[in-house]
Amino acid sequence: MFRRLSPAEAGGTPVTFRFEGREIAARAGESVAAALLAAGEAVFRASPVSAAPRGPFCMMGACFDCLVEIDGLPGCQACMTIVRPGMEVRRDRIAGAPA
Amino acid sequence: MNTADVIVIGGGIHGCSTALHCRLRGLSVVVVEKDHVARHASGVNAGGVRRLNRHPAEIPLAMASAALWQRIEDLVHDDCGYRQTGQIRVAEGEPGLAAIAARRRLVEGLGYSHEQWIGPEELFELVPAISRHCLGALWTADDGHADPTRTTRAFARQAAALGAEFLTPCRAGMPRRAGGGWQVPTDRGTFSGAQVVNCAGAWGGAVAAALGEPVPIEPIAPMMLVTARMAPFVDPVVASFDRMISFKQSPNGSVVIGGGWRSRAEPDANRAHVEFGELHRLIGTTLDLFPVMRGARIVRSWAGIEGAMPDAIPVIGPSMTAPGVIHAFGFSAHGFQLGPIGGAIVADLVESGATSLPIEPFSIARFAGQAWREAS
Amino acid sequence: MNARLEAPVFDLAIVGAGPAGMAAAVEAAARGLAAVVLDEQPAPGGQIWRNIEASGGRASLGGSYAKGAAHAAAFRAAVADYRPGTLVWHVETADHEPARLWLMQGERVGQLRARRVLIAPGATERPVPVPGWTLPGAMTVGALQTLLKGAEVVPSAPVVLAGNGPLLYLTAVQLAACGARIAAVLWTAPPGAWRGAVPHLPGFLASGTWRAGLGLMRDFRALGIRVVRDVAAIEITGDGRAEAVRYRTAGGASGEIATGLVALHEGVIPATNLARAIGCEHLWDEAQAAFRPRLGPWGQTSVEGVLIAGDGGGIAGADAAPLAGRLAVLGAAHALGRLTLPERDGLAAPLRRDLDRILRGRAFIDRLYPPRLARAALPDAVVVCRCEEVTAGAVRGAVASGAQGPNQIKAFLRCGMGPCQGRFCDPTVTRLIAEARGVPEAEVGQFRLRPPVKPVPLTAFAAAGEEVA
Repeated sequence: MFRRLSPAEAGGTPVTFRFEGREIAARAGESVAAALLAAGEAVFRASPVSAAPRGPFCMMGACFDCLVEIDGLPGCQACMTIVRPGMEVRRDRIAGAPA
Repeated sequence: MNTADVIVIGGGIHGCSTALHCRLRGLSVVVVEKDHVARHASGVNAGGVRRLNRHPAEIPLAMASAALWQRIEDLVHDDCGYRQTGQIRVAEGEPGLAAIAARRRLVEGLGYSHEQWIGPEELFELVPAISRHCLGALWTADDGHADPTRTTRAFARQAAALGAEFLTPCRAGMPRRAGGGWQVPTDRGTFSGAQVVNCAGAWGGAVAAALGEPVPIEPIAPMMLVTARMAPFVDPVVASFDRMISFKQSPNGSVVIGGGWRSRAEPDANRAHVEFGELHRLIGTTLDLFPVMRGARIVRSWAGIEGAMPDAIPVIGPSMTAPGVIHAFGFSAHGFQLGPIGGAIVADLVESGATSLPIEPFSIARFAGQAWREAS
Repeated sequence: MNARLEAPVFDLAIVGAGPAGMAAAVEAAARGLAAVVLDEQPAPGGQIWRNIEASGGRASLGGSYAKGAAHAAAFRAAVADYRPGTLVWHVETADHEPARLWLMQGERVGQLRARRVLIAPGATERPVPVPGWTLPGAMTVGALQTLLKGAEVVPSAPVVLAGNGPLLYLTAVQLAACGARIAAVLWTAPPGAWRGAVPHLPGFLASGTWRAGLGLMRDFRALGIRVVRDVAAIEITGDGRAEAVRYRTAGGASGEIATGLVALHEGVIPATNLARAIGCEHLWDEAQAAFRPRLGPWGQTSVEGVLIAGDGGGIAGADAAPLAGRLAVLGAAHALGRLTLPERDGLAAPLRRDLDRILRGRAFIDRLYPPRLARAALPDAVVVCRCEEVTAGAVRGAVASGAQGPNQIKAFLRCGMGPCQGRFCDPTVTRLIAEARGVPEAEVGQFRLRPPVKPVPLTAFAAAGEEVA
């Protein structure tokens, strides 16, 4: 769906983190959502109402469709969270559900 | 001129229940509501259907109301989201245990058995998600919770289906005597009726004052916090004897947290603000009691305006100064469970001037003249 | 008394570091106000000048973007207390007392107090509810632009843009300049829209914004992108993600384009969540088909001490926003006794002159690019509330069973009660109620909003308590 204009490494040492166990190379300063989209991920979570797949929609912190779990905390806005090395990102799960 | 047997001021749960019970007895009813049905405390409460830990004077009424809750769908043709999940009040420390012991002596002394002691094992079985520091609890198995807005609306809808007239949004002025009955001026003209029922909640004190019987009512704004949807992890409503909290998971998964934390109520402006200054303590209690809440987010807060009496029990019964006026207000943030029976009591009073339930403790006479000031 | 009441008190808290907020900070520094700037973004610039410092105002993004670099530099030079990555999730106000701002930074709750609060929240894209808009691969045009500006990430396969407005043109040009392919533009402005705009042409010409506008349209045409005109309805289809978009024109022509990425856009509307949660009065702006706060000449809202500047106060664009931000600060400086009345008015006069000139051009643009999909008759099955998946049919049903206003719709259906707090359903719910009841949107009003304006983790809150308890 998306590609980078230049490889993540082009902006210096890439920040690496994990999404559902997969290693993702990102550029420092970009959002988790941008990094995941650039890495080919389109589905970030399942709707807690119907379980329908959802992904980023507005990319500016308004729609809450890009929610992911970051380092164990559910409900994080991927488009508003800047990548940090080593962060563990997963598809969002409804809080209180078994991991 | 618009006329009805009964003019009800206030479209909260007690006003709507009064309208329904009056219609069931064949009385014509008009309900005058300044906003919309369930605008304040009746729509903005935790939905607790609770007998557990009630004031002794309220227990007989709460018992009678519980019987109506059991058949709520027959009464209002809607299940009101009512779920008989039980209500639990835990002890977290020695003071809580002592409070439980005192409470058991009181309730059992009055001859009731609805509040049961459960030890830690039973508590952890009933509420697996609760922290293991809890020492035990009082438990009423057939208490529960309901959806407050839906319930209040269901009473209004059923009353309307039976012919009650609802004026919303429509402000009521103060009742005035007219011949043998009463007139109530409203935004939509003056209504006259044989009897007037004051179900105006936090605004009920103004009605009473206008009738020459002021009461020391305080407008309060109990605050609630609501989380985003969570996986189901708790059935009963949980409170604590040691700290101010009430904790409930709704059928949709959101968790509603309250427990009597108050903010500023502005009844004149029809406004209540949520003030977060002290709520970190409530949140701390929440995290202590339910470790699973470490993954939760507050998505919304509420405060609805309610009227609280200094003795924390409502005013129910005939006016002492204005024959034909009946009061039912000041439920002090725990009137929701009493809604179904409250309307029946008022309808009894309208119809025959008497009711079989013991309502003497709720008489407005307790605030008359020097009586209240001396007692307090 | 709680230690938390000892929070520091500023003269002015500026919420947002976009065009209005940055300029306001510069003006506040010049007037000697103790100001703090709180912004949810990691760097100054807001949406329009996102990532302006790191990108150096890259030429491929165009001149209107490059302008932001100077604003950001002036902001950096002037600002004393700037807190990026800080969400203001609630403001508690009380008459004659400094407001209390509740913050979240790095998943910790904090607070500060300020005698004046200037909210510069900017705009959000108008929700365009169409069938399939919740599928992954359905996004907004603004989202594509954000990915480009913020991360140099662009569509890897031909994308379809649907809607109308300057931002759609601009994004198409920016994407194309970066080598991204655009399969088609489904243009929704009615062909006759220019007739309504013409009477406002003199104002537009006088505003000076026409040069940039004409240049943009020329650049867009030069791309030779396939444009389907007069599109009246679209539907995004796919199994679990967007696979195609179907369209129908007003003339009855229809078609389908296979694509995994469809971007919607029908203009922007003020971001009003924080102002509404505070209790600021809002009114319906018929020309912009949106609610905006009722503002005084110095950005004053109906709540004492709370000011609004920039697009959050009514859409006027990035040239107008800095002027409005500075005017609000001048008003605040006078109210706080730092400027005499003649000083305030003297400083304000040239700003107001420029602002008025820009505002005169706005009506032309509003009429040239009217929302269409966002105002069209909605099929019952369309999801209106994305969070709670409430459909247009359900909203209509609730109105039929007695819900007269948005707050009752909320109580009936949980519509607007999900994490986005109504940001993406509010305008649609108001419109559906207005249509069903046959009354104007102004009369229907909006959701009553409750803090926090974004969900706050309980752990963040409790941590704040421990810190100061």
